[in-house]
Amino acid sequence: MHEPADTPRGSLKVYLGYAAGVGKTFQMLADGRAAAQRGVDVAVAYFQPHARPDTIEQAQSLEMVPHRRIEYRGKTFEEMDTDAVLLRRPSIALVDELAHTNIPGSLRTKRWEDVQVLLDAGIEVWTTMNVQHIESLNDQVWQITGIQVRETVPDGFIRQAAEIVAVDVTPDALLNRLKRGAVYKPEMVEKALSGFFKGSNLGALRELTLRQAAHEVDLRQSAYDETRGFQVPRISEARPAGETDNPSKERILIHMTADPSTAMLIRRGRRVADYLRADCTAVFVHQTPELSQLPAEERQAIEKHLRFARSLQIETRILPGSDVAKTVVEFARQNQITQIFVAHTQIGPLERLRRKNFSEDIVRLAQDLQVIVVADRSRTLGSSQAGN
Amino acid sequence: MRVSELPRPSPERLLKQVQAEENKRWGAKLKIFLGYAPGVGKSYRMLDEARRRHERGEDVVVGAVQGRQSEDVQALLQKLEMIPPLQTPDGQAVDLDAILRRTPRVCVIDPLAAQNPPGSRHSNRWQDVQELLRNGISVLSSVNLLHVEEYKEKVQAITGKNTTETIPKSFLLAADDIVIVDVPPDLCLWRQGEKLTSTGISNSQERQLSELRELALLLTAEVVDAQLETYVHAHGIEPVFGTHERFLVCMTPHSNALAMIESGERNKERFQGELYAVYVCERGRSKRERVTIRRYFDAAKKAGASTEVLESDDPISAIVEFAREKRITQIFIGHSDRNSWRDRVFGDPVLRLIRAAEGIDVRVFPH
Repeated sequence: MHEPADTPRGSLKVYLGYAAGVGKTFQMLADGRAAAQRGVDVAVAYFQPHARPDTIEQAQSLEMVPHRRIEYRGKTFEEMDTDAVLLRRPSIALVDELAHTNIPGSLRTKRWEDVQVLLDAGIEVWTTMNVQHIESLNDQVWQITGIQVRETVPDGFIRQAAEIVAVDVTPDALLNRLKRGAVYKPEMVEKALSGFFKGSNLGALRELTLRQAAHEVDLRQSAYDETRGFQVPRISEARPAGETDNPSKERILIHMTADPSTAMLIRRGRRVADYLRADCTAVFVHQTPELSQLPAEERQAIEKHLRFARSLQIETRILPGSDVAKTVVEFARQNQITQIFVAHTQIGPLERLRRKNFSEDIVRLAQDLQVIVVADRSRTLGSSQAGN
Repeated sequence: MRVSELPRPSPERLLKQVQAEENKRWGAKLKIFLGYAPGVGKSYRMLDEARRRHERGEDVVVGAVQGRQSEDVQALLQKLEMIPPLQTPDGQAVDLDAILRRTPRVCVIDPLAAQNPPGSRHSNRWQDVQELLRNGISVLSSVNLLHVEEYKEKVQAITGKNTTETIPKSFLLAADDIVIVDVPPDLCLWRQGEKLTSTGISNSQERQLSELRELALLLTAEVVDAQLETYVHAHGIEPVFGTHERFLVCMTPHSNALAMIESGERNKERFQGELYAVYVCERGRSKRERVTIRRYFDAAKKAGASTEVLESDDPISAIVEFAREKRITQIFIGHSDRNSWRDRVFGDPVLRLIRAAEGIDVRVFPH
């Protein structure tokens, strides 16, 4: 983007973990050190200053690009100095905490945007993040932990990584580290143990991380095979005999409304599209193509959903029509859609009389198509998590 | 209410329970480091943990180590107490008696999948490990995917490498802890002595390794899922949604069940998930309908689904109840090609299922 076309983009490697303290940073620095010993020009571009002693030891033999100090509300914060890294131009830059949000007053809002600048300049970047920071997994993490993670990285950014490395540790070992005070300050430990780190959360997040890493490995294999132009028999997929690589291209349609559940629907649709390697479109139905007639609150909600869908590389359309369900289903038929994703909000029988339930109407009308009614699990969370 | 012998604990869970009960008295634990190929750094990770435990004051000894060792590994070994293996004309064996006499808290046995020379107490090393655990000694060990019996053929098909030394997968599933040691294929090859390439998959060797890597990640996820289930059962808490995709096909005589089963099979493979298929038995089915259902059952079994017959006067509730018990994430149901009296009285069953399946996705199929 910012560089002439002849500068090859730097490649990206992501160390993926399931919680703070699993050892992502340690692993990244250890690998960086090994690379430096092989003679590669490695520099640490950002590194959490209050790290564990073991981790600091790993960093010490590596060259550090000094951080930028930013004053904000009377305090001094340290951020990555992206310009200084560009000037130093190492072959590999190590950047801790990809999902971090920069302090107000920084040039860019998110650290991943700074990393993008380095990549565009042709610098290889190794970085760390946790599974809960992947945008499309946000809802699943919420279901598992009951905690809404706000700092997320768009899937499109992670997808460009040449390599995803899973950093694994058993929950027992992680809890020991936590109790020894190796992850958080002592006053934080109790809070962490009853929140994010409690009960079955860690196991579930760990499983999610391993499956995500396997999925990312699989995607990269397909990409490699496509560039080679040959079809390798996929052992892990074990297709039925006779099925070709692309039997009938799946096309996914997401029906957006102003309801907050639309964000979850968009993430889910994107995720399934990734797995099925399917096209993905999101539509909103409104009387006119202009949103200006909508009440301000509804319009803002819709615009937010549209932006969100586009940020996940989903094509968006506003369809004119007065009958919402009919418009969606007709669009689906005309565009060879194979699956329609709709959100189902649980409402009582009385409310059903007053309010249109688009998802049920779509199911009734689209009897010739697959309709996936996605459950809004966040609303049932309260009851299922209580008493853990 | 259910016809078949539900709920049936898996053999793995039973084995795990038995072993856990045996070892519990002593608090002995087995921790296995899994790698997808030689050179990922399993031994290093394992011995580094042994070193850290030793430095924290745990009584750690080394009972067996790999023949070929990197400098890093040798440096770690120098910090640890070694109980030398027995030397026989046919090879080495863990000196069980010496370790049992010494009774450390933790013993390193590496690699896990080794055959003992003839005349040893056990024919396989993993049986030695069981004996140590039974005697209250925790074990740290490591294994390569190639040496897991159920994966041997797959790995051989990818790499051409073969082995006679394997451990059963159930042994992995019964371990207290499993850790995957994951490194990118380029680094793995470099440690095996190859030239370092650029990050990502850039040649056919790395492509092969990445296939193994995917299998190892999924195997670990499976073990973690089994542990999670045990944990959930043991603590009597509500199951956690959404970590592992589980599909449930509802077979009815007037829906397109074969298409649903086929799609279920594809989804199961794509998402590396699980597939279930149920039929809710209602009174008054015709003979022709029973024949159709039997055909669906055969197809479901062929697709690798666990099948079940539910008996209930209220099919929707029976399906939802089954789905909750099995932690189903998505129910497949088809539109019926005819309306029964029941549908006219109670409303479209598909819509009723959608309303009842709170928290579970419903995929509706055309007929």
